[in-house]
Amino acid sequence: MAPTSKLSLGIKKASRSHAYHRRGLWAIKAKHGGAFPKAEKPAAVADAKFYPADDVKPRKPSTRKPKPTKLRSSITPGTVLILLAGRFMGKRVVFLKQLKSGLLLVTGPFKINGVPIRRVNQTYVIATSTKVDTSCVNVEKFDDSYFARDKKKKAKKTEGELFETEKEATKDLPVFKKDDQKAVDAELIKAIEAVPDLKSYLGARFSLRDGDKPHEMVF
Amino acid sequence: MVKGRTGQRVRLYVRGTILGYKRSKSNQYETTSLVQIEGVNTKEDVAWYCGKRMAYIYKAKTKSSGTHYRCIWGKVTRPHGNSGVVRAKFKSNLPPESMGRKVRVFMYPSSI
Repeated sequence: MAPTSKLSLGIKKASRSHAYHRRGLWAIKAKHGGAFPKAEKPAAVADAKFYPADDVKPRKPSTRKPKPTKLRSSITPGTVLILLAGRFMGKRVVFLKQLKSGLLLVTGPFKINGVPIRRVNQTYVIATSTKVDTSCVNVEKFDDSYFARDKKKKAKKTEGELFETEKEATKDLPVFKKDDQKAVDAELIKAIEAVPDLKSYLGARFSLRDGDKPHEMVF
Repeated sequence: MVKGRTGQRVRLYVRGTILGYKRSKSNQYETTSLVQIEGVNTKEDVAWYCGKRMAYIYKAKTKSSGTHYRCIWGKVTRPHGNSGVVRAKFKSNLPPESMGRKVRVFMYPSSI
């Protein structure tokens, strides 16, 4: 209902009975059997036993979700990449796909340059303009959990075994990983051999020589 | 440092020379070093190197982490002047012995 208008501060234009009639309070009362409906009082809150000394805002967990890593436009499936650091630095490898974590999935292929199916960070890679046809390769099964480290089982050791268990840790690659490597590389190598010189190109390592200026190079 | 790598050795860094600290005539500011990168001669060329990591490698008498070689990591921050000299900041300030010695400027983080 519209508020009662005021003539001045504290002085209403309409009289009490006039306002009562205008607001229709008589109709509300009639609807509820003669009495004005009273709102239920909320249950009395028990006195808190503990009042913290300072008013501290409870910390809210962050709802920020990191964005997926943007793939450089120069990197497409089949691009030959040069690894810049790590065990295989200088090697030219074939890019397969970007994993959900943002890392790039690459393979040597293993037979050509010894680089297995591996993950690599985009910033440690130079994309060349050379491309290999990877349409025949199926990389659906590879994701970050494929590369997760095996959790070591903590076996209870007795005194005698304490000295023996150190030799138990075997670092052989599980057979299914070797098979995956062969499966991915089989088709790739055929595509690579179709292009003249590409196989020896992938087998050779990149290196800077005297007089080389990377800022002027076109990769 | 390379751990006994057999086979081909590849250089994936550009050589640089440490010229000294950022300074004016009578004051020097050791938190920033000046580096001359080989083959870089203009301010425009330096843009490619900005942000690239660099390592100052030196030898020490005692072994740490299994090797006598030690390293201070840093990065190229900005050009210095018009002629290709570069300012660099390292994790800890470079020692004065480094003046005139080599530094490795790597090609990562790469944006090519």
